Amino acid sequence: MGIIQELSESLQRGDAGKAAELTRKAIDGGLDTKTILDDGLIAGMSAVGERFKSHEIFLPDVLLAARAMAAGMDLLKPLLIREGIPTIGKVVIGTVQGDLHDIGKNLVAILLKGAGFDVIDLGNDVSPQRFLDTAQKENADVIGMSALLTTTMPVMKAVVDLAKERGVHGSTRIIVGGAPLSSDYAREIGADAYCYDGVSAVECVKKFLGRA
Amino acid sequence: MQPFRERLARPGVILADGAIGTLLFQRGLKAGECPERMNLERAEVLEEIAGSYLDAGAEIIQTNTFGGSALKLAAYGLDGRTEEVNARAVAGVRRAVGDRAYVCGSCGPSGRILEPYGDASADLVSDSFRRQMKALIGEGVDLICVETMTDLREAVLAVRAVRSLSVSIPVCATMTFDPTPRGFFTIMGTNIEQAARGLAGAGADVIGSNCGNGIENMISIAREFLQHTTLPVIIQSNAGIPKLKDGLPVFPESPEIMAEKGRALPAMGVKILGGCCGTTPAHIAAMRGMIDALPPPERPPRAATPA
Repeated sequence: MGIIQELSESLQRGDAGKAAELTRKAIDGGLDTKTILDDGLIAGMSAVGERFKSHEIFLPDVLLAARAMAAGMDLLKPLLIREGIPTIGKVVIGTVQGDLHDIGKNLVAILLKGAGFDVIDLGNDVSPQRFLDTAQKENADVIGMSALLTTTMPVMKAVVDLAKERGVHGSTRIIVGGAPLSSDYAREIGADAYCYDGVSAVECVKKFLGRA
Repeated sequence: MQPFRERLARPGVILADGAIGTLLFQRGLKAGECPERMNLERAEVLEEIAGSYLDAGAEIIQTNTFGGSALKLAAYGLDGRTEEVNARAVAGVRRAVGDRAYVCGSCGPSGRILEPYGDASADLVSDSFRRQMKALIGEGVDLICVETMTDLREAVLAVRAVRSLSVSIPVCATMTFDPTPRGFFTIMGTNIEQAARGLAGAGADVIGSNCGNGIENMISIAREFLQHTTLPVIIQSNAGIPKLKDGLPVFPESPEIMAEKGRALPAMGVKILGGCCGTTPAHIAAMRGMIDALPPPERPPRAATPA
């Protein structure tokens, strides 16, 4: 088995120590940085996402895999920057104002990072202004919003409205997710998509950026 | 009023109350505010809610302490007042219901993920629950309900926190499951059989499920629990999954729907019925009517309960 395949599998097992060791080995062995990233780390995380989506594995396994991915990325990032390899897209993500539930949002952030996106996680209780200010400053491709409460869902509409007001809705796509949401709701408030789970969020962002 | 464990041993379904959060939002709680802060600042609202569930026919009235563990309160900078938040909640419900209903101390998740998946140690989470439980028990709850758990290890820590303080306080323990093609699992991967075994092993008196599902899924969940336990089972359903109406999310299951479909639960042997998110005193009143119309022995001998 090649080292890249081994790296992908160590990540799927959630073995952060092994993932770091193999990333280091691959770098020292002169393997192409982009190959280590795409075929090792991202491929491993993508397999984890698929298995999570089909309920073969659960949140704990994803959290461990994310930690292994981060261990590899810590070593790879300086090289990506030095070699000028761009990330495939930038996503600003957060739980909307008034809502403190962040497990689902964290999971989406993990899977987006795992797919190779640059993710700016604003945490929870994020105001519409903060979503838009950050997205504009960072020139984000996508804003991702999460809400778990029926009472905080209307904040999502305020974000879409503010994006329209600032004339960035369209260039910056807006996706929404969370237990009480639906595609009907996304359509009604003018969001670009409703994503049922983290894996569909990844697919959706890829589609928007022409990478699906 | 007879001790809750004796009530459990008698035949007949026991009716618990419905949502508190849903009613607090209707009474001015703003999204993002700490619901438990109301116990300190607007105790009269909680007494009114407790009274309305009592009037609806509930025999178990929960305290507004779902997020009352020290770790959860810390998110609002209120962990220093953990004892006060919990004690006041119990005192308020007791004032409202006297000995006409059982006062149940509610305890939800810590909001943290246990090691090795997250950063919270078992000791940290355990101590946090213990502080809450000590305050609830100290103020005289009749029972405790550990609820909406998704990590079995965390649920077990909460039940054990009660047991470390008291062997005599009855504990209900419920987890929240998602339907998957392979059956029901919590987001952390616990299935119903594991939940039943783990919660019973920790010392719970009553086990079951709340939240996350409408009444139809809850009937399937209840059936599976009953296959895997000899303990009494508790089921607290949401009023469905929110749907949009005129641009606003509403819970779709009416009191009539929940009572009509919920009839299957006592028939299969569920001991305690109640409501979770989106349910109101009207839902509980409808379930009261449904339960009272059940043929004996499901019909609880209410006359034996001091009114």
